[in-house]
Amino acid sequence: MSAVLPAALPREATPARRALRRLMRRRGAMLGLAIVVMFVVLALFAPWIAPYDPVATSWSAVRKPPSLQYLFGTDEIGRDVLSRVVWGARASLLAGLVSVCISMALGVPIGLLAAYVGGWTDSLISRFTDAMLAVPFLILAIALAAFLGPSLSNAMIAIGVSATPIFIRLTRAQVLAMKVEDFVEAARAVGNPHWRIALRHILPNVLPPLIVQASLAIAAAIIAEASLSFLGLGQQPPAPSWGSMLNTAKNYVDNAPWMAIWPGLSIFLLVLSFNLLGDGLRDALDPKHK
Amino acid sequence: MLQYFLKRLAAIIPTVFFVTVIIFGLQQLLPGDAASVLAGENQDPEVIAYLQKKMHLDEPLPVRYAYWISGVFHGDLGESMRIQQPVLDLIKEKLPVTLQLAAMAMLIALLIGIPAGIVSAVGKDSAWDYLANVIALWGLSTPNFWLGILMILVFSVQLGWLPASGYISPFEDLGANLAAMIMPAFVLGNAIAAVLMRHTRSAMLQVLNADYVRTARAKGLNERRVVLKHALRNALTPIITLGALEFGTLLSGAVLTEQVFSIPGFGKLIVDAVFNRDYAVVQGVALFTSSVYILLNLLADLAYFVVNPRLRG
Repeated sequence: MSAVLPAALPREATPARRALRRLMRRRGAMLGLAIVVMFVVLALFAPWIAPYDPVATSWSAVRKPPSLQYLFGTDEIGRDVLSRVVWGARASLLAGLVSVCISMALGVPIGLLAAYVGGWTDSLISRFTDAMLAVPFLILAIALAAFLGPSLSNAMIAIGVSATPIFIRLTRAQVLAMKVEDFVEAARAVGNPHWRIALRHILPNVLPPLIVQASLAIAAAIIAEASLSFLGLGQQPPAPSWGSMLNTAKNYVDNAPWMAIWPGLSIFLLVLSFNLLGDGLRDALDPKHK
Repeated sequence: MLQYFLKRLAAIIPTVFFVTVIIFGLQQLLPGDAASVLAGENQDPEVIAYLQKKMHLDEPLPVRYAYWISGVFHGDLGESMRIQQPVLDLIKEKLPVTLQLAAMAMLIALLIGIPAGIVSAVGKDSAWDYLANVIALWGLSTPNFWLGILMILVFSVQLGWLPASGYISPFEDLGANLAAMIMPAFVLGNAIAAVLMRHTRSAMLQVLNADYVRTARAKGLNERRVVLKHALRNALTPIITLGALEFGTLLSGAVLTEQVFSIPGFGKLIVDAVFNRDYAVVQGVALFTSSVYILLNLLADLAYFVVNPRLRG
């Protein structure tokens, strides 16, 4: 320890830095992060990475098994499965990110409001949250997507809205606990206005659990988007998405199993890596929780 | 007891009210008027006018809600526009299939999840613990419709042991029914097994450190008896309650599983309804599932209260 330079100490002392170091020590979380980054690269550079046009059909290459020419094989109308898997990363990542942004944009302010204002506002919001949680997540998402009409953006809205109550509840619980802390009391005592206490003093302190939840919610949203697309309520054909690829693949299991392997494996890997990342973040950001 | 029960019951009323508001409100999301959506491609003005009258679309929103909710309380969930059958009858017809699937899935989840949780808690940080956690993570990350397709690939296409799809009533041929249901039940139960395993593990870890477990050990009881009799019994209560709450996951999962294995249950009902734009059925199914969920939640709370004397105070 004597080798540590005194000058290095203050730099390491911030909680964020310490959390980051704890996170980097978790092999699972780092593996998760690496896979997520890989998929992000695939999604961003899809036009250059994908060997073929993902929607170009070829009647001379229908349901061809994996080969050097088509690494993942081709589908029922001769489209390259690898190219569709690469492009499909866009729909999945987009759905994961956008729906969780919607959930947080709605859930965090509402939860903050409920906990900070209390009283009738809180009761009303809490009962409404209970009600939303009483409708099973996917059923609510299906119902919302059904009424909004099938499309990727509507699926993202449906998933985002369905996942909102989790964020309302979490924010509310965290803020309630934070509200009675001494530093909040102090901020109030020096005469800070309410909005400033809520936004500057409370919100930053409830962020860590929200970040953890967001990472796990992205995993859930990716599965939900794949599920909705599998049912035909998400990304519309011929645009590629892993869920809708599996929907077609299920009809050809007996003679073109490769159509089902790759998109499913991609969903699994991406969801797994967000789950790993979320678990790692939880351990890193909240050492008390175990 | 009665007082607690009444208090819990009273707390449910606003929740149920908001659930009905949300589900009724779904209609408002339809692009344009529900009547013109239902009138189909012809858009016959007479048909639209008739539908508007029939669905009370000419009335203000709260009045329409009142019509709808009074129907719901009389057991009228509306009528399927497509097959001209009351929604409640459709639900009654499809529900037993899904209930069988859900019960089998829950059984599988309990049989895998609880023993796995006990083993990994008892052997914390051992290879078994590690393995159980890896499997749980796998179970939580695998989309169940993909697992379903993979199982069809292995057990139906490659090995030819089980039918890939098709449903036979257990009253017709129990063997064939079970053969058709075992794969979907496993697919559905697998994710819940993972959740149960994680919770059993943490509940057991907590209990295994409790004083009375140490006392039991100090008395010289063998470890097997300590774990199964003293620890598990106390750890099981929260797990059972959790099991009841996983019902929502079961029904959500059933929608996809039934789609993969072509099982004519509840999930298939809502998916078909979505594609036939049979909105009353979608609303009916959503309302029905939420009500059952709220009811189970209440029962789980009461069960918890009954088995835990400390709460009675």
